[in-house]
Amino acid sequence: MQGTPTDIATRHLAETSRWKPMEFVFWLVAFGAIWLLPSHHLILNEILITALFAMSLDLILGYAGIASLGHAAFFGFGAYFAGIFAIRVIGDPLTGLVLATLASGALGFITSFLVLRGVDLARLMVTLGVALVLGEIANKMTWLTGGADGLQGVMMGPVLGLFEFDLYGRTAYVYSLVVTFLLFLMARRIVVSPFGLSLRTIRDNPLRARAIGIPVNRRLIAVYTLAAAYAGAAGALLAQTTQFVSLDVIALHRSADVLLMLVIGGTGYLYGGFAGAIVFKVLQEVISNWTPQYWTFWIGLILVILVLIGRERMNHRAAVLWARLRGKPEPRPRTIVGGH
Amino acid sequence: MLTILFDGIAYGMVLFVLACGLSITLGLMNFVNLAHGVFAMVGGYVTAILMNRLGVPFLATLPFAFLVPAALGLVLERTLYQQLYNRSHLDQVLFTIGLVFMAIAAVDYVMGSQPQLIQLPSWLRGRVDVFGVQIGLYRSFIIVVCGVLVVALQFVLAKTRFGAQLRAAVDDARVARGLGINTSLVFAATFAAGSGLAGLGGALGAEILGLDPTFPLKFLIYFMIVVTVGGTSSLTGPFFASLLLGIADVAGKYYVPSFGAFVIYTVMIVVLVFRPQGLFVKAR
Repeated sequence: MQGTPTDIATRHLAETSRWKPMEFVFWLVAFGAIWLLPSHHLILNEILITALFAMSLDLILGYAGIASLGHAAFFGFGAYFAGIFAIRVIGDPLTGLVLATLASGALGFITSFLVLRGVDLARLMVTLGVALVLGEIANKMTWLTGGADGLQGVMMGPVLGLFEFDLYGRTAYVYSLVVTFLLFLMARRIVVSPFGLSLRTIRDNPLRARAIGIPVNRRLIAVYTLAAAYAGAAGALLAQTTQFVSLDVIALHRSADVLLMLVIGGTGYLYGGFAGAIVFKVLQEVISNWTPQYWTFWIGLILVILVLIGRERMNHRAAVLWARLRGKPEPRPRTIVGGH
Repeated sequence: MLTILFDGIAYGMVLFVLACGLSITLGLMNFVNLAHGVFAMVGGYVTAILMNRLGVPFLATLPFAFLVPAALGLVLERTLYQQLYNRSHLDQVLFTIGLVFMAIAAVDYVMGSQPQLIQLPSWLRGRVDVFGVQIGLYRSFIIVVCGVLVVALQFVLAKTRFGAQLRAAVDDARVARGLGINTSLVFAATFAAGSGLAGLGGALGAEILGLDPTFPLKFLIYFMIVVTVGGTSSLTGPFFASLLLGIADVAGKYYVPSFGAFVIYTVMIVVLVFRPQGLFVKAR
């Protein structure tokens, strides 16, 4: 393992960018579900969209270390944009999706300057504030958004002019799956690029990152914009496949839920959002069947326990267990930030 | 016009009593406690239960509205919160949001989701006319009680030994520890007192703010605005921030109802962007 630092870095990046067997399995299952689970397409579609949303949060939280309490701002903006576009302009899903994504990205770009200022707590509050302001706007602009009644009458045309949305969610699932997969491929490419590596440097130590010449602010703006665009795409998918948008898409609990999913699934490896979304939805189904009104109690309890045990320690334990199962050397623990 | 100002001041005073504990704990241990509203809700429910089920008079319930949340705060601080001081803000946020979810569901389960009504004693109801200005009796009562509390808090903080220890610990916890101050004890006491004050605020404000299981989530943003705008290094900052917020919110709802909460959120973002340390804090 000799060579110049550039060689080492290139080799490291090439190594981390290689597809692992589990990843193939995951996507094969996801695509296989088109034929294997025909009666569950509606819920699968919902899980997929939530997962894409969680993945977009992972881009800023897991890779760049920006904690956001208002990520639903972009999800909701994308959803409203796609819904209103379908009503007022044309019902072609792809055009709406692309434009909603770009518009959310633009919104992310503008608000990223607010997020750059201050650290942790100020950031949490600013992101929360942006989501609240947007939620309030959506609530008050009744003539455009339908206000508290929700945006009704969204009529979507067929995807690519060929596939009509059906009642069983088959088209919806395939459409969401293809879009999510493409966006995932792009995200995966980005996080294993030198750009992605520099983001992780910033996450671990912004001061040193600046010292070795990484343009910290520009990188953070870029990734925040990207994550906003992804969240907007997820929102647009939701609006198009359910053909309804309500204030719920931008509410505080949606931001909190997505954070929770990501934390359950683990941050910083893109699949955390998928794992978390699946676990979360299944838990939600099971618990709310058992006790429909009070299921938030159990979600809260899970959150408390999760934090008390320690997120990183748990992820590390899982990694150790995984390595042991495959008979490989145990991975070193990641340094836990903030301890004395 | 003056009535609105008056109502706004009363509202701001309640907000201050609710949020001051949060601002101290945030400044002292750098701990983001989003579950602060839970203690306020507990205080409100203690008063509601004592009054509506046991027939205790309103004034007599207030000490309990302080003591029960204070005891709860002390227990939670010693058992759970303490373990999270050295963790990242994200962990603290997740943990306390988890607590909020649990509290909301638990109160909903025990008390039901309907809003709790607090029947004020007759001598606190109604309004009087003072120089042509309509003054609500209950609101003047709130202003007096909260005003006394503010003065008392300022006295404790500025003049007593405990206050000096607390200020030292806020400024630099490590040096304070080095000087032999038991910061852990100081913090536990402060946390309990802050929770108790929140409970008292919840009880006093139940009539103005309303009281139902979603209280901690509904007013979370107000507490956070007070704390972030006011800064965490003193009590005067949060005090003026609360008054501003109270007056702005009442006036905004009265004059431009179509704007809703838009104004205060925007103000918060602007303040945070230009003064991330808070409006009333000298830049370090």
